[in-house]
Amino acid sequence: MKRLAAPALALGALQPAAAFADYQWNFPKPVTPIARDTLNIHNEFMLVITVLFVVVFAIMIYSMVKHRKSVGHEPAKFSGPTGKLQWFWVLVPFGMLLFIDFVLMGIPAFHAVIEMEDTKTRADMVIKVTGLQWKWQYEYPDDGIKFMSNMTTPPEQIANQGAKGEHYLLEVDNPLVLPVGKKVRVLLTATDVIHTWWVPQFGVKRDAIPGFIRETWVKIEEPGTYRGQCAELCGKGHGFMPVVVKALPEAEYAAWRDAKKTELAQAAAGAERAWSKDELMAQGKEVYAKQCAVCHQPEGQGLPPAFPALAGSKIVTGPLLSKDGKLLPDSHVDRVLNGKPGTAMQAFKGTLNDVELAAVITYERNALGNAKGDMIQPAQIKLLR
Amino acid sequence: MSTHSAPTAGAHYYVPQPSHYPVTLSGGLFLLALGFILRINHFAPGPWFMLAGAGLILYVLFGWFGAIIRESVTRAYGNWEDHSFRHGMVWFIASEVAFFAAFFGALFYVRNISVPDLLNLLPNHGWTLYPDYKDLAWPASGSGPAAPQFTPMGAWGIPALNTALLLSSGATITWAHWGLLKNNRFQLNLGLFLTVALGFTFLGFQAWEYHHAYSELGLTLGAGVYGATFFMLTGFHGFHVTLGAIMLTVILFRCLKGHFDAENHFAFEGVAWYWHFVDVVWLLLFVFVYWL
Amino acid sequence: MNTATTTVNGHAGHHDGGHHPTGILRWLTTTNHKDIGTMYLSFALIMFFVGGIMILAVRAELFSPGLQLMQPEFFNQLIGVHALVMIFAALMPAATGFANWQIPLMIGAPDMALPRLNNWGFWLLPPAAILLTMPFVLALFGIGDGAIATGWTFYAPLSVQGGIGVDFAIFAVHILGISSILGSINIIVTIFNMRAPGMTMMKLPLFCWGWLITAFLLIATIPVLAGAVTMLLTDRHFGTHFFNAAGGGDPILFQHLFWFFGHPEVYILLLPVWGLMPHVLATFSRKPTYGYRGQVYGFIAIGILSVIVWAHHFFTAGMPVPALLYFMYSTMAISLPLAVLFFCWIATMWRGSMSFETPMLFAVGFIVLFGIAGLTGLVLADVAADAQYHHSYFVVAHFHYALFAGGIMGVMTGVYYWLPKWTGRMYSETLGKWHFWLTVLSFNLTFMPQFFLGLAGMPRRIPDYALQFAEFNAISTVGSFILGLSQLLFAWNIIQCARGRGAPAESRAWEGAEGLEWELSSPPPHHSWEVQPQVK
Ligand code: HEA
Ligand code: HEA
Ligand code: HEC
Ligand code: CUA
Ligand SMILES: [Cu+2]
Repeated sequence: MKRLAAPALALGALQPAAAFADYQWNFPKPVTPIARDTLNIHNEFMLVITVLFVVVFAIMIYSMVKHRKSVGHEPAKFSGPTGKLQWFWVLVPFGMLLFIDFVLMGIPAFHAVIEMEDTKTRADMVIKVTGLQWKWQYEYPDDGIKFMSNMTTPPEQIANQGAKGEHYLLEVDNPLVLPVGKKVRVLLTATDVIHTWWVPQFGVKRDAIPGFIRETWVKIEEPGTYRGQCAELCGKGHGFMPVVVKALPEAEYAAWRDAKKTELAQAAAGAERAWSKDELMAQGKEVYAKQCAVCHQPEGQGLPPAFPALAGSKIVTGPLLSKDGKLLPDSHVDRVLNGKPGTAMQAFKGTLNDVELAAVITYERNALGNAKGDMIQPAQIKLLR
Repeated sequence: MSTHSAPTAGAHYYVPQPSHYPVTLSGGLFLLALGFILRINHFAPGPWFMLAGAGLILYVLFGWFGAIIRESVTRAYGNWEDHSFRHGMVWFIASEVAFFAAFFGALFYVRNISVPDLLNLLPNHGWTLYPDYKDLAWPASGSGPAAPQFTPMGAWGIPALNTALLLSSGATITWAHWGLLKNNRFQLNLGLFLTVALGFTFLGFQAWEYHHAYSELGLTLGAGVYGATFFMLTGFHGFHVTLGAIMLTVILFRCLKGHFDAENHFAFEGVAWYWHFVDVVWLLLFVFVYWL
Repeated sequence: MNTATTTVNGHAGHHDGGHHPTGILRWLTTTNHKDIGTMYLSFALIMFFVGGIMILAVRAELFSPGLQLMQPEFFNQLIGVHALVMIFAALMPAATGFANWQIPLMIGAPDMALPRLNNWGFWLLPPAAILLTMPFVLALFGIGDGAIATGWTFYAPLSVQGGIGVDFAIFAVHILGISSILGSINIIVTIFNMRAPGMTMMKLPLFCWGWLITAFLLIATIPVLAGAVTMLLTDRHFGTHFFNAAGGGDPILFQHLFWFFGHPEVYILLLPVWGLMPHVLATFSRKPTYGYRGQVYGFIAIGILSVIVWAHHFFTAGMPVPALLYFMYSTMAISLPLAVLFFCWIATMWRGSMSFETPMLFAVGFIVLFGIAGLTGLVLADVAADAQYHHSYFVVAHFHYALFAGGIMGVMTGVYYWLPKWTGRMYSETLGKWHFWLTVLSFNLTFMPQFFLGLAGMPRRIPDYALQFAEFNAISTVGSFILGLSQLLFAWNIIQCARGRGAPAESRAWEGAEGLEWELSSPPPHHSWEVQPQVK
């Protein structure tokens, strides 16, 4: 693959013009008003500091060339400004810097900050973003839509056992879908540790803090798929927590929204009926691979001591429910529904639906080296929530 | 601060002989820390390391302070060295002030920022991980079924009494200092004795208050940030009072043995400063932790 | 400045009985500021290599996309411990080593004011370094899951979740903190109480001024860090909720406490270097320091400003608009005193009679590269643009320009400048120049691409990256290995001097050198200024 050859190519010191195109020297193309602002500010600053740099060091280098011992320059004796003129030269840079800091850079920055923080004025819609180790959950409160977004890059590619795809590490199963041209207010939180939601082309980076809500906004101007990453160290999966946003023209967005609604409604309806064990096992296998395997590993062997093995775990092989069908504290069901505070084991009752929960619990008890033989129905989970 | 003691020309500054105490003390501290880490992570040998570390530390404390006292009574130190010690003590206390500032900062932050923020989430966003925060303002900070119910500590019982105790101990130590300055050994010894007694009484009440908090008020370290800030602030203060009281006791014994005179008593003053510092911290605690 | 002295060579014999332990015991028990300075500097050099090797492993992993050498958990441990080692066990001890060696020599004192405490200050470092790195070893024996994996910033709640490595790091930080505070107290007391008669505060060498402000900052901020990690410890093990919203706490509280320490820390790291620069520049320009008072006031202003700007490290965590604006503008204000320093440095060179021995080369390299760090820092202070830079490789590049090109190269400047005084030998000028040019070139090769990586959107602290970042990363890795290998020249040059190789150095090792330290022999006598000189 071209990509694998790239580093080797880079070693060839100076790049041929063709490879030059691969380098990106500045922010990616902005697609929101904020991103455009940030890019402009950034460009202006870079110009200002380059000029400062050049001017200051040109003076220094001039001096280094002219005032050398080897060219026989005799040292002067002054140790501070002497005459009025010299004071003037001392104060000029000071004044210039004041101007640069608080006028040239300070004023545009002021306006940009005010705009950035104005999340509420004329917002067309609200979405909620929750960071979890190591995936994002997106929720559209007005439409009752809620889903998880997991990275889909296969482990073989990461382990260099297969050719890497075009969007290596920046691809997900369910991207966030947003309409073009609408001001979207984005509320962020997290369930476990701090994550940061970042899409460079939006010029938006905001922390998702467990227990608190932070907000930001985007107004995407062009349809397309935009990719970013979690930007706050959040544990071992931090590098594998992409943010992918698909911006659709309004009509297409509406169609997607309606389709998604029906899909979710059907899934929820499933909780009412009785499921067979095979059905649950099949679904559970999928859920496990997506939600649990990062920590507990594909075969359930875990990564002790940080992440316990589920194979043979006392909790998994313990009793399912109490005799009268109630939740047992620190039981398998309790752990999956409510997590364990202070550890990476998060509460899944907010993120998975009844069917998924029942399926994954049933799966864990009857696979991964466990063979309890029992099962739990989605309807039972519903009552335990 | 830049009072320069202007050593007389040709003055000789005392540079102590090589000493193994510092490195031994580091070794003790290392063992203590290692043992503690192992202990809180449930590894069996932890306490043994801690014991060994604490033993070494005690040994060094006796040895090192012993050496200093010997040097002091044999007049190895003159005015110049005395100045160094005074400056050193002042900056040490300054660092302690910064340490307490961190905890006071945490207290102000949670009271004025995080708890109100959490209370505001539901009305402003209609969305929060902790819906039951609605009616859980300071000091009852905690949420969810696991949050313990507790009664906050009132200010006008034991805490007020303790304030009086510490304030009078500040007065007695100053009185003792006056005694030392006019060479009245009886006043010195009595003043110091009273200070030590008041200090330990304070600690006794504090211990009783903790017991009361845990057994009757449901107020524990885990009782929300109120409990956390309450116990960490008063706990670290209590720890400093303990240290101060122990140091005062040592000074008392030294006074009884006839150490110190009107000119030469840095150790006495250093401990007295420390005691005043502890006093001031308590006043802040009383106002911000117990009262307001 | 304080150059006119009645020349007194304090070597009047030691009247302290003379029985001094030798061999290892000498080093364990010494109360001599020069021995202790040597230990600090050697320790710093060793830890610089330790921290460097860790990050070379990281750079090797980042050479190309995909996971080649290590798992993400281990990667996270390496970057955090790299940073902690470099900052707390390499750069800070190096600066303290300078202080120990130089302050008594420069102010005409027989020794540091509190010699035994001084020894303790050093001997706290090795246990702390061991605590920091021990979890790596323990993990090999199946105890715990390795070192701290949260980066050097300890952010809660990730650090609440973490394993035993976090506890080790907490106690390492406590012990390092005690060491720094003892060192600071000692330095303040020495400067206030041990100056030679006639040396007023406004004649105090700038290096001592730089350190004085550093020491104040340490005393004001290290205890806050100690408090923060103590709260972390109780959150982890004793059920408190300082950083947990479930109990009314707040993870952002941790960030405030950490950066209240963390931002002043970067000036703590550089003030000693800014202090020594004017000495080197004046020496090799053969001209008096320009703007002594201006620099002193600059240091003081930096000291004050540094403790009121901390929140620029977490603009993206969300703050009320007035807070954002306040922290932005106050951060920008730091560029003013720094401009004063830059101006004075360049004005010191202006119309001098310059020659470019290794220390001068490093000084000039420092000024240019630290200029890049400072100017990019200024841009980072902008809240709007910071949304793009924050936690990207742009920041990594910024702070390596400050920490390596500013801090480490500043330390190298001082080492080459004073090595003749310390060892009595001249180092190899040829090797020194090779070291300089290789370092500067490979440093830029390593970190310049990281600016562009950051702009293109590569987050920091990731073990694997998307394909568009491959080329720059490969270049950076190549640069880092050359950079690492170049440092072997540095070590070799020092070792040769220490072994007594090389031409003997005169008292005044450099033609243009001024100041009390150059009045003493090279190396100086056992008790530096047994009789204090009179400064006119
Ligand atoms: C020694 C270390 C050091 C130094 C000196 C600095 C100096 C500065 N730093 Fe830096 N910084 C770090 C080390 C350092 N920094 C580290 C380690 C981090 C990351 C921590 C982490 O997250 O892990 C960081 C991160 C960091 C951030 C957070 C970025 C982010 O995470 O989003 C910011 C934001 O404001 C910032 C700003 C500044 C500023 C304004 C200065 C100023 O002090 C710079 C002032 C200097 C100048 C402005 C240049 C001098 C002026 C001229 C050359 C012009 C002369 C002109 C005339 C005479 C007309 N730094
Ligand atoms: C004083 C501080 C300091 C210093 C000197 C350095 C020095 C270096 N740093 Fe460091 N670094 C930090 C402080 C420092 N760093 C901090 C604070 C962070 C943030 C951590 C965090 O995110 O929490 C960081 C993070 C950091 C990262 C980002 C990691 C990430 O976010 O994923 C990178 C990546 O390139 C890096 C690289 C380097 C390199 C190449 C050097 C080089 O200068 C090192 C030079 C190399 C050597 C000195 C090696 C010498 C060894 C030999 C010569 C042996 C040779 C033998 C063989 C080659 C076999 N550093
Ligand atoms: C981010 C990491 C992570 C993810 C994802 C995760 N877990 Fe866990 N899990 C943990 C950790 C850590 C523990 C140990 C908690 C403790 O200390 O008791 C744990 C414990 C458990 C236990 C108890 C095992 C025992 O013996 O203690 C069960 C059962 C469990 N998890 C099931 C699941 C299921 C089902 C999923 C997916 C739906 C899942 N986990 C996803 C980290 C994770
Ligand atoms: Cu989530 Cu990094
Ligand atoms: Cu900063």
